[in-house]
Amino acid sequence: MEGFQVRRKDDGAISTLYLQGYLDAHTAPRLEDALQELVDQGRYKIIVNFSDLAYISSAGLGVFMGFIEMIRAHQGDIKLTNMSDKIFRVFDLLGFPTLYDIFKDESEAHRKFSEQP
Amino acid sequence: MVTTVQSAVKRYRLRMPSQTENLEIIRSFVGHIARRVGFDDEEATKIEMAVDEACSNVIKHAYERDARKPIDIVVKIDYDKLTVIVTDHGKGFDPASIKMPDMKEYLAELRVGGLGIYLMRTLMDEVAYDIKPGVRNQVKMVKYFVKRDAPRPRKAGVQKKVKGGRQ
Repeated sequence: MEGFQVRRKDDGAISTLYLQGYLDAHTAPRLEDALQELVDQGRYKIIVNFSDLAYISSAGLGVFMGFIEMIRAHQGDIKLTNMSDKIFRVFDLLGFPTLYDIFKDESEAHRKFSEQP
Repeated sequence: MVTTVQSAVKRYRLRMPSQTENLEIIRSFVGHIARRVGFDDEEATKIEMAVDEACSNVIKHAYERDARKPIDIVVKIDYDKLTVIVTDHGKGFDPASIKMPDMKEYLAELRVGGLGIYLMRTLMDEVAYDIKPGVRNQVKMVKYFVKRDAPRPRKAGVQKKVKGGRQ
């Protein structure tokens, strides 16, 4: 059984990562690799869709912390979408909603990116 | 005269090699017991997360990713609470040196890592450390069956009625 998967979809300048399964200290490096690949390709407009993510620990949260500053320095952003209540609660517990744009669904995040120059 | 029940109602033990790939099994083990004794999904997930954070810290810091070392996880069920004790025999640390981050400051500084201990304290009712560097380090985490905002049952005379869980 595969514990965690990241799928990527590019749409113009925006890339979306779809997370599935368990994001913990074991699987977090896979998300790190996926984000690093985007950054290496100069793709800084990133949406992360959480609809199929069952679990996140601080190791997973730390990955976003590690990239956000640099991505914003390149006029990009990581926008988070489609979180279950369970996943949102973890983000909320740590005050992450003040730091990240979190949207109910992907289209809202797309719209937000399109409004930016 | 009231006699206090000293021994745990139930006790479960798991020993796993210090590897991140085992975190999923550790979470399942603890979560399964938590649900079985009556915690709802939200509370059981909090317990799973706290144990994940404790074990991740052991793997990364106490054993510095030496996969041959064992992590011991004991879950005790008493009449009023579930206790998880995570034990390692690696490098210890001074619990007094751990500052709880001010989350606003923390987020402003965009620091990476260090969220684990903050999460453990937030997710559980009690967290206590017993550190003997190189000998044995323990973190003990407690979750009560009755939620913190609800009145607690009085200590005396309750233990005979409730055996091992919220009904």
